[in-house]
Amino acid sequence: MQYLVSVIDDKSNPGSTDRQPAISAFNERLIAEGYWVFAGGLADTDAATVIDNRGEQAVFSDGPFVESKEYLVGVWVWEAPDLDVALKLATEASKVCDRKIEVRPFV
Amino acid sequence: MIDIRDAITQAHHAEWARVVAALTRRFGDLDVAEEAAAEAFATAVERWPADGVPPNPGAWLTTTATRKAIDRVRRENKRDDKQKEAQLVYDDDPPEPLGAIDDDRLRLIFTCCHPALAMENRVALTLRMVGGLTVPEIARAFLVQETAMGQRITRAKAKIKAARIPYRVPSAEDLPTRVSGVLAVLFLVFNEGYLATGPDTDPVRPDLTAEAIRLTRLIRALMPEAGEVAGLLALMLLTEARRTTRVSASGELVPLHEQDRGAWDAALIAEGHRLVRERLAAGVAPGRYQLLAAINAVHTSARDVRDTDWSQVVALYDQLVRIDPSPIIALNRAIAVAELDGPEVALATIDRLDDKLAGYHAYHATRADLLRRLGRSHESRAAYDKAIKLAGNTAETAYLTRRRDQLG
Repeated sequence: MQYLVSVIDDKSNPGSTDRQPAISAFNERLIAEGYWVFAGGLADTDAATVIDNRGEQAVFSDGPFVESKEYLVGVWVWEAPDLDVALKLATEASKVCDRKIEVRPFV
Repeated sequence: MIDIRDAITQAHHAEWARVVAALTRRFGDLDVAEEAAAEAFATAVERWPADGVPPNPGAWLTTTATRKAIDRVRRENKRDDKQKEAQLVYDDDPPEPLGAIDDDRLRLIFTCCHPALAMENRVALTLRMVGGLTVPEIARAFLVQETAMGQRITRAKAKIKAARIPYRVPSAEDLPTRVSGVLAVLFLVFNEGYLATGPDTDPVRPDLTAEAIRLTRLIRALMPEAGEVAGLLALMLLTEARRTTRVSASGELVPLHEQDRGAWDAALIAEGHRLVRERLAAGVAPGRYQLLAAINAVHTSARDVRDTDWSQVVALYDQLVRIDPSPIIALNRAIAVAELDGPEVALATIDRLDDKLAGYHAYHATRADLLRRLGRSHESRAAYDKAIKLAGNTAETAYLTRRRDQLG
């Protein structure tokens, strides 16, 4: 079972910026224990572009598809046998990243 | 005919959770298990009056439900490979020993009360899957439209499936937190029966308190060593014992010190006291429910309110404050302090809780009572007004209104 694990930051109350070494160590553990599928940090939401080509011509707009105080700063994809395992890892991840974590299953 | 109906009701109480739990394990799907169990009971209602009650109703129901589930899986898998189907139909596993079935019911309880589900969904799902209440019954219990309650249960089952919430008893390391999650669900059901919140509902709902007690007894039987389970059961029994004396003939709430103690249920009190003594003898530091049960044991030990051992009550609250620093516990402690050290001391304590409890009716009701005892009628009236505005329970509103109107 694969889960999308989103790391959520808060513009008005951002997490600390010195987490990279701890995150790297956590990633190594995820790999060693067989949970790791993919991981990536994201650039600022200002760097996002939204494309809507459902109409007659494609429209590009600058910025994220939804402006909000809380936004995605990074994602993981984990392979875990069930939600309890994913939640246990996510509980650690939240400490490691000093940010909120959302766990969402792939269909 | 009456006997058959009793037999079906009894089988429903005794076997519903067992059937749902066994089928969930076998088919890995709460939906299939729930539907098949409901169909099996419907078949019993049809057949038992003519055929008689089978010698082992539980086995009959499980077998019938299993057949219904296989029919459904077969319908849904029509184009699936035949081999998988054959395995389902010719499953000749020996019948599970009793221990394993009990284990299934625990699995079911922990899955329905999983912390990844919203509290209201846990409550609804537990009452449906473990308690066997129908969706209309649960909807009535929480004053929610039937369709909305149906959706709540459907969404919860869908999340369990999509997110793969496991069907198992948590590991020893996680067990204490997960057990308190289960107890929180049962306590919520009990409290809704004990002090119903809606303006359009009966002030006390014995069907809900009884269901909460029944489910807590079940968990107690499955986890006899768990201290907090015993504590919650004792707390419920000692509260339930006073139920008939809590509302007067005119529909007013009767506070503890005015209740007719002779009318309290002696058998429930004896059982509650036994559980409290059992936990004391265990010599393990008591949790929240055990302390609340012990406080209730002190109250129910006093034949007359004047015999209440208030210093013991305050000592128990002191212990409770250490593990649960919530302002509501502090408020209840202050009520006991008023009996021990007088209303003035208690009032000084609770006035410090104002910023946290200003929206809680019991805070204003307690202040109103203390101010009344201190002869400060004017302030007392204002506090009663606030309490009446915030109280949701009809019997409590009636009591507070009379008390306010009696002020000099």
